[in-house]
Amino acid sequence: MKPEVFQPRIVAFCCHYCAYSSADLAGVMRIQYPPNVRIIRTPCTGRLETEYFMKAFEHGADGVLVAGCLEGGCHFVEGNLCAKRRVNYTRDMLEEIGLEKERLRMVNISAAMARPFADTIIDMVETVRKLGPNPIKQNGTMKQESCS
Amino acid sequence: MIVAQRKNIPDLLAIVEKHRKLLLLGCGTCVTVCLAGGQREVSIIASALRMAARLKGLPLEIEELTIERQCDNVFLEQAAEAIKKSDAVLSLGCGAGVQALAERFTSKPVYAGLNTAFIGILEERGVWAEKCAACGECVLHLYGGICPITRCAKKMMNGPCSGSREDRCEVNPDRPCAWQLIYRRLKEIGQLDRLNQIKPPKNWRPSQSGGCRTIIREDHRV
Repeated sequence: MKPEVFQPRIVAFCCHYCAYSSADLAGVMRIQYPPNVRIIRTPCTGRLETEYFMKAFEHGADGVLVAGCLEGGCHFVEGNLCAKRRVNYTRDMLEEIGLEKERLRMVNISAAMARPFADTIIDMVETVRKLGPNPIKQNGTMKQESCS
Repeated sequence: MIVAQRKNIPDLLAIVEKHRKLLLLGCGTCVTVCLAGGQREVSIIASALRMAARLKGLPLEIEELTIERQCDNVFLEQAAEAIKKSDAVLSLGCGAGVQALAERFTSKPVYAGLNTAFIGILEERGVWAEKCAACGECVLHLYGGICPITRCAKKMMNGPCSGSREDRCEVNPDRPCAWQLIYRRLKEIGQLDRLNQIKPPKNWRPSQSGGCRTIIREDHRV
């Protein structure tokens, strides 16, 4: 029997003004990408705090993707640059904890970039698949909210 | 305000790993403002510790709570119930907060989750700088409001040294020369003549020698 391929669960925080629209456009254009992402629309990636990423991992996400506007193109001027700094801070903290920092990634995508959005998802899923399941899930009891 | 920064996660885990029920207690005053030990940091560090503990297979349960002020007995009462249910407390307050907790809750181990750094101010977003050494005998009136003890690397009371380069400190070129700042400030407020007075060696007795310093106000005692 063929061994079952690990299907990572990835939380994607997508900015309403760019990445979320590009995901929408990808749908309209019938571009295929893996169904491993759970998209959460945010008003701006600058709204995201370190705790959001930490909670996602704590509750069992295998990877977290933050997709904001192109640098210089943020609807709120510099929200995506704030997010970039927070993502980098969180990546360092993940390493302190003992998780691979590659599980958290930030990308910059405009509303017109449907194909690059799909490619990003494909690449992220492959990266996380190679890393394997979030080891937090395998050690000890998970919080109830993570069960689905 | 008091400025502190968090210890790293492996160090924190090493401190608390032998306990099973831990209370992570934040403080809503100085350490909230310097983004080290407020409600948000409690949430982030609790998540990080839970994950680190799970990876090591440790059965660590963490409760989160943030009170208004850890260095005041009145506010500590708000944490009494949560502390009672826990095996130990990891405080995200400054050193004063940790010690106030340890004195009030004598039967519980209380640990410091932060490294308390200095008394300082926010210079720009994300940058804090030391401004006061709590030396016990303030000399700011002599130097135009700029402290040579904290801001001059050599603590020159009759400065400057000859190491200042283009307004920069020779010890740390990222920082301005405190004596350049003092000169400019005194010139601006028309008090340059203060520099003509030679200052005698500073009296360090009110500073950090001789153990814990106390201040007693008889008019406020009961």
